[in-house]
Formats: sequence, C-alpha cells, structure tokens
Amino acid sequence: MERNKRNSIFSDVDWVVVLLYLLLITMGWLNIYSAVYNEDHHVITDMTQKYGKQLLWIGTSLIIALIILIIDEKFYTVFAYIIYAVFLLACIAVPYLGREVKGSRSWFRFGDFGLQPAEFMKFATNLAIAKFLSNQFIKITDYRNTIITLIIIGIPFLAIKVLEDETGLAIVFSAFIFTLYREGLSVNYLLLGFLAIVLFILALMVNSIYLFIIIGSLCVVATLFIKRNAQNLFVVALIGLVACGMVKGTSTVYGHLEAHQKVRIDVLLGRGTVNLKKEGYNVNQAKIAIGSGGWTGKGYLNGTQTKYEFVPAQDTDFIFCTVGEEWGFVGSTIVIILELILIIKVIFMAERQRSPFSRIYGYGVASVLFFHLTINVGMTIGLAPVIGIPLPFFSYGGSSLWSFTILLFIFIKLDSHRLAILR
Amino acid sequence: MSQLEERKYIIIGVFILVGLAFITRLFFIQVIDDSYKLDARNQSFRYNTEFPVRGYIYDRKHKLLVYNEAAYDLMVLPKEVKDIDTADFCNLLGITKDEFLKKMRKAILAPNSPRKESVFEKQISPQDYAKLQERLYRFRGFKVQSRTLRKYPMKIAAHLLGYIGEADKERTEIDPYYNEGDYIGISGMEKTYEKALRGKKGLHIMMVDVNNREKGSYKNGLYDTMARSGKSLMSTLDADLQLYGEMLMQNKTGSIVAIEPQTGEILALVSSPSYDPNLLVGRARNKNFSKLYLDTVRVPLFNRATMASYPPGSTFKLVESLIGQQEGVLTTETRYPCSAGYAPLGGHPKCEVHPSPLALYDAIGYSCNSYFSYVFKSIIENRKYDNMYKAFEAWRNIALSFNIGRKTNSDLANELRGNIPSIKYYDRVFGKGAWKASTVISLGIGQAEMGITPLQNANVVTIIANKGWYYTPHIVKAIDGNANDTTLDRFKIRHNTAITDSTIYNNVIEGMSHVTESGTAHLLKIEGVEYCAKTGTAENPHGRDHSVFVAFAPKDNPKIAIAVLVENAGWGASWAGPIATLMMEKYLNGKVVRKDLEKQMMDADLIDQPKYVKPKKKK
Repeated sequence: MERNKRNSIFSDVDWVVVLLYLLLITMGWLNIYSAVYNEDHHVITDMTQKYGKQLLWIGTSLIIALIILIIDEKFYTVFAYIIYAVFLLACIAVPYLGREVKGSRSWFRFGDFGLQPAEFMKFATNLAIAKFLSNQFIKITDYRNTIITLIIIGIPFLAIKVLEDETGLAIVFSAFIFTLYREGLSVNYLLLGFLAIVLFILALMVNSIYLFIIIGSLCVVATLFIKRNAQNLFVVALIGLVACGMVKGTSTVYGHLEAHQKVRIDVLLGRGTVNLKKEGYNVNQAKIAIGSGGWTGKGYLNGTQTKYEFVPAQDTDFIFCTVGEEWGFVGSTIVIILELILIIKVIFMAERQRSPFSRIYGYGVASVLFFHLTINVGMTIGLAPVIGIPLPFFSYGGSSLWSFTILLFIFIKLDSHRLAILR
Repeated sequence: MSQLEERKYIIIGVFILVGLAFITRLFFIQVIDDSYKLDARNQSFRYNTEFPVRGYIYDRKHKLLVYNEAAYDLMVLPKEVKDIDTADFCNLLGITKDEFLKKMRKAILAPNSPRKESVFEKQISPQDYAKLQERLYRFRGFKVQSRTLRKYPMKIAAHLLGYIGEADKERTEIDPYYNEGDYIGISGMEKTYEKALRGKKGLHIMMVDVNNREKGSYKNGLYDTMARSGKSLMSTLDADLQLYGEMLMQNKTGSIVAIEPQTGEILALVSSPSYDPNLLVGRARNKNFSKLYLDTVRVPLFNRATMASYPPGSTFKLVESLIGQQEGVLTTETRYPCSAGYAPLGGHPKCEVHPSPLALYDAIGYSCNSYFSYVFKSIIENRKYDNMYKAFEAWRNIALSFNIGRKTNSDLANELRGNIPSIKYYDRVFGKGAWKASTVISLGIGQAEMGITPLQNANVVTIIANKGWYYTPHIVKAIDGNANDTTLDRFKIRHNTAITDSTIYNNVIEGMSHVTESGTAHLLKIEGVEYCAKTGTAENPHGRDHSVFVAFAPKDNPKIAIAVLVENAGWGASWAGPIATLMMEKYLNGKVVRKDLEKQMMDADLIDQPKYVKPKKKK
C-alpha cells in the first residue's frame, strides 16, 4: 500500500509482458497489411482498408489498457460478478437487439464497426471464476462447488452456442479446465475428458463392436493388476461402462452435429474421400500456403496464396497462413514460441501472486490464450478441426483485440499489486 | 497447496508439448514436403508465352518479300467460363451455337483440359479483334493472345519462301522448344532457316489470384525471359526477275532457275503452276491448303524446280562434250557422220536433217544426236581403260562431279537427287557383262534413265560459265544483315569439278555460242548481249516432249546462268528458249524490247490445251 502511494500507476507493471504484447500486436498488424495488401491503397494507415482499421483497433486497445491500469485493482474483485452479469445479459440480448450481419447474430453494430459481446464474455467469466474460487471457504474438490463453477462457465457457453450459434466462441470456455485443474480439480476429470476425445475419434474411425471388445478386454486385463476387492472391481466396471457409453454416444453426438461440423471432423480425420474443392478446400489451401513457405518464406508482401485469396479469411482466422507463407518455418516457429513465452510467462506471474483471485485469474488468461493458439494454428496445419477463432493479437478484428487486451491487462494490473495485497 | 502448485509444471509441460508438436508439423510441411510448393506454384502462377516476331525476308535489293501482320488468337480457360451470354458471344464471333459447343468440348477434352488454356478461335484479324476487345470483359474465361501472320506483299516465290504451320505433337516431342500450336516453318526458307527466323520465345511468370485474375509479374520479372525477335533474311532472289519469270510461266507447267555464276546465288527460281503464298496464311490456310493439295492436275504445291527430275535431254550434250575432251577421245576437229540418225544402230537415236559430217561446234549448234552417240561410244570404249566398266565408271564420276544425280545440298528445303544410272543398275537390268555402249547409247544424248532437276541443270550451266567450278546454289545472302553468318559458310566453299582445264570449257562455250548464232537458237537474240545456250527437247514417255533451254550471258564474264523447262511444250527453242532469253534480257538490260515475244509468252496457255501426242522431234 505504501509503495503504491509513492509511485505512479505504472509501478510494478511487468514490462516484459507489455513488450511481448506490443511485439505481437505489431507483428499481427504487419501481417494483416500483407494479407489484404491492396496496391491502390498501399498506405498502411489507410482507414478504408483493414490494416488501417486494425491500427485504429490497436490505438483504442492501448487506451483501454491504460484505463485498466488506472482503475483501482479492487474494482475487478468487487465488481467481478456484476461485470459477469452485465456481459452475460449483453450476450443473451444480442440475438434480439443486435443486427444480423452475414448470418451471424452475435454482433452489435455501430456504423462501420461492430462489437461481439461474446468476445468480452471471456474475461468476464474469468473474473467470475476467480471471484468464486478465491473465496477461502470454497474448495473445488467439493462437488457442489465444482458444479457451481461449471455453471458459471456453462451459462455463457450455452448463451453463445445456443442463442448466438457461435460454436467457435463458445468452445473457448472449455479452456478454463486448466484453471480448475490448477485449483485442485481431480485429475480424473481431465483424464475422463481425454478419454472421451480419444474414444470419440476411435469410434468414428473403427467399428464400435471392436471398440466394445477392446474396452472389455482392457477391463479384464486391468483386474489382473489390481487388488481385487469390491471397490476396485466396481471402479473398473464403471470405467468400462462409461467408456462403452462414450463409444455408443459418439454416433449420437456426431449425428446431432451440423453438416459443416461433421465435414470438418471428417476432413481432420481423413474419413471418406475429401473433396479438395469443397469441404477440404480451406485446410488444403491453408496447408499449401504454409507449406510453400519453405525455410524462410517468400518474403514480406510476396505471399501469393494468401494475398491472392486462395486462402479464405486470410486476415482473420487464417492469418497464420500469411506468417507461414511469407516468413517460412523460421517465422512460424518464432510466432509460436513468442505466443508460448507470453502464455508461460503469465503462468509464472500467476504463481507469484499472493492473492488467489489474481492467481486464478492469471491461469484463466493463460488457458484462454493457449486454447486460441492451439485451435487456430492447429487448424491451419491440419492438426485441429476448423473452428473459427482468432489467433491472439494477430488476427484482424476489434472485438477480439480489445477482448485479449482487457483479459491480459486486468491481469497485469492485478500483478502490479502482487506484493501489497493479500485478499 | 504445494502439491497443487506442482501442477503448473504439468500445465506448462502440456503447453510446450503442443507447441513442439506444431513446430514439428510445420517442419514437415514447410521444409521436408515439397508438394505444397508445387501446388502453390500451379495455383498462383500463370506462364505466359511471349511470341517473338518472326524475321522478315527481303530480296537482294532490300525489297520486302515477307513481313508480319498482327493477328489474335482467342484463348479459353474452360473452368473459368461461367454465366456468359452464349448467343451474344456467338454473334460477336460469327459462329453458331453448335460450333460454340463443339469448340468448348474440344477445349475441355484431352489433350486440352478445363484447367488449361487453349485456342478457341485462331487468328482473328485486327478489325475483328477491335470489335471483340470492347466486349471481351463480359465473357469470363476468354482472353486474347496476340500472334503474327506472314504477309507476302509481292505474292511471288511461294515455293522458295515456303509456309509456316503449327507444331504438332510429334514435333514437340522431338524438340522441346516447341509447344503444340507454335508456329514452325514447314517448307522452303521458312523451314531451312527456321532457327534464325523464329527468334526465341519469352516466358513471363504472372501471379494470379483465386479468380484467375493476373496480379502482376512474379518477383518483378526476375525469372522472366524476354522474347528475342527472329532474324531477318536477305535473299539472293531478285524480286523483279522472279516476278517476271512467274508471269512468263503463267499457265505453263515447268520451271525457271537462274543463278549468278560467280556466287552461286539463286536469282530466280520459278515453279509453275504456283500459288499466292498469302493463301497459306491465317484462318483460310487449311481450306486453301487442301484445295491446293487436291489439285492433282496442276499440283501447285509441288516445287518442280527442285523436286521434279526430268531427263536432261540435249542439254546433257554439253557435259558429254566436256567429258569427251577430258577423256581424250574428242577434239574440236572430231567429226562424225549423221544420216538423220545414228547409223550404227539403224538410225537410232534419230536426228534432224542437217549438214554432215559435223565438227564439235556445229554438232553442239545443231544438237546432233548421232554425233553425241558416237562421242558417248568413244568414251565408253576408250582404250585407256582395261575394260568398258572402268570407262563407264570414269564417265559417271565426272558427270557426278557436275552435281548431276546428287543433291546440290542447297538451302532449298526439299531437293531431289536426280539420277545417273550406275553399273550396278545396268548389271541388274541387263545382266553382268551383257550390256555395252550401244545398249545404253541414249545416255549420250541425255535420255534413258538419266534424271536431272532444273536446279541441277542451272548449276551445270553455271559450272560451264565458270569454267570448272561452282558454289553451292543458295537462296540466302545474309542473316540479319550479316553476310558472314556461320550458317552461310558452306556457300563460300568453292567446288571444283573433275574437269578443270579451261580450254575444254572454252571449246564447249564456243559451241554454245554457235547455238545462238547459227544453231537451234539463232532466232533468239538479246539486244547488245552475246550469250551462250543449248536447246533441249526432253523425251517424255507420258506425253509431249518437254521444252528445255539452258544458257548463260554475257558470253564473257557471265552474270546469269539459267535453265528453263516447260513441260509438254515441244522444242526447246520454241518455249523454253524465248522465256530464258527474255529473263536474261530483263536481268541484264533492265528492260525488255521484244514486247511481242514477251506478250506471246505470257499469254500462252499450255496447260488447258488438249493433250495430244505429236510425232516426236528432237533438237
């Protein structure tokens, strides 16, 4: 407290993170310029072009960052639930109040610019989780608290998925599983989730009958290595049944997916024949763009696959293709490493907090960023299904940049008070 | 709590593992796997060929013989063709809907493909192109590629210049320079000098976007190559003389070959009937070609000057006289009798009635068949040799050294060898040792199995005019203004015949002089020019005799050597002679004073007259 009074709002701000942030948004901006480069508007600040607009978003983001640093850190702890409620209401209201843009009902429009409340729901939910779990009487291992946490995460997820039909934005909320794990959630949940994914994939690739037989045999083998008391046998039997249920459930889940989602999964797994002109087009073009980059790429502004629109959404969801094509293996690796350094840096920062609220919030930041990075880069190189979510700090778009900025800078603000406060 | 803190390592570990997995994957698709690079190139590059301008051809006085005119190929990329107003498009091109569909099918099916650009409509004229260009933007998938077409302002020398066509698949396999549809010289100079005329194609790598719109050149043209224009050719041809020759030969079948003796340069080479070279250009080419090709009566595409082999007839008597002297069995004073034929064989070969016996000059002058039968017999039965075979072989070798029965190796695209029968041949026909001079006596007067092309005949006259040597006849003087181009080196090598003694030639030249003074051509005079000639009437087993005439002029310091052959026209002096002397008059005097003769020759139509066989006469 003493320290704070003595110094400005910038004291104890972790400048390494801020510099990483500035580096990434600058790189992102330059890549957007290249991705949508238009010879008739070659000035990078041309406001009629996306690169000009992105500069505007960067400018406003910096203002927002400054405001966040100025606001007292207690604001975020005190108003966490209220912020959560406000943005949740916005998310619920937007399909009714917002204007439909290109079939999407998740936008509020202000003239030329649009805002997506769902983007901001990420930091709001993160605040709410931090607020809830930082209560010293709350232990996540208590299943009632687990359920409450899952409800905090689940409500925005459902609002965005069901009301706004934005699967990509909604699925990001699953990232908080890392936070919960760090805060004590049983590893079994993680393993169960992992098992579910593995079985889902297997069930789509292999005939269910074989899977049932394999699961059964594994259960029998398992009983040979454990103490055969009633409880253990019950657990093995339960796991076996759950696994079989998952296999059985796969076809049901798959059957309920929308056509384009099925196709994306099929493309990823290489099921059936993939038509590279239709369903396989995006991923194939993304791979061609990145693959043609070679060691060091074709050079800035020399990308052909991205600039000439072979790759769809080359400025937003597929911005990584521009990096891959123009900067090659070296550039792509640097971008991945920089993003990872930022994420891991945030984790280390989270661990140095005395306040559980700050720590939990920090893990949320790292989890969300990591999830975005994994899905976004993964889909362009054919390791993840195509889910339309942006690459943090790189992709074009005001809402996402603002949202990542707010998400990160609240944590930077909290971190700047890491020594003084114990909540 | 500290146990939970440990979990950060697991979380960080997972994050790093994912990062490593991505980097590994990137390494595989970016560095190891090259297929993506190839895919990218196929998608985003378009290779535009820049066609070079084909070289012009001029005559020896810089008169333009061949130039280029712009034409435009309408290209189609079928997969891009969408939502076009077909009716409007057909209307614009002046084609029917069926034709449109047919052309589209052709563009899609192998060897073309929907993803490959191919020619939709060939060689659109600049006028039609102007119309088309305004509205082409409305027809996606179509674009125009500029090409050039040959133009022949003087409409002469069709056989010499040759024509160009499109490279077919076979050609592209032999020579990878060509792509199917590229222009290539098919005949004449266009074929022989293809490499010089064609230039070099340029290649421009353009980047295209997903809609196949061009987005500028790749790396600012770093890997582009510029087209290099073809080289121009300066022909040895005298365009005015060539035109004059073609006019004289109109409605006659035959040929004229005129050579400048000192250089071997071909001044004129006429093959009649000919055709307007402009016919074999552009969109009408195929139609016109098959029309010309199917004209089996006139055979206009056939270059008689180099491709037709005729018995040399009496013109061979000149060579005969040279060989006789060389072999020591003939002098200017050698006399042989003639009783309207060669008496030892019962008056065969026959001859005209003329004073007898004759010495060499008059024998040449009167073209005595009997005389040259005796000469031939004396050569073959020459005591100098152990046997007749050796004498025959010597005779044949000397004749071969005059480039008879052997390709002249000129730069004219297609040439016939001609023929001097060999010992082997006669042994096969008559049996070994079962033939002698009298069996093949008609060789002495240039008949029997002997064959000579008009070009070879002109070359023989050239040799006589030069007294024993010649340069290979050729039609190109300079390439791109350079007379020392290495391709032309072979025309600078002086070839000597087996007979080098100039007195031998002088005697024959004297005899040729007699021909024009008192002999068979005494009616044909060129004002102010003393010339040497020999008439010939080549026996034709298929019909009326061919009229042959060889000459050079002036007698001293010859400037032109000429051979004329008019098929089925009878006596050498009646058709070939006037034409040859008119040609020489035109060339040497620049103008022709014998207007009546000129008109008579030009107007005569020897093709459409009824074919009848007149009693044979030889002179």
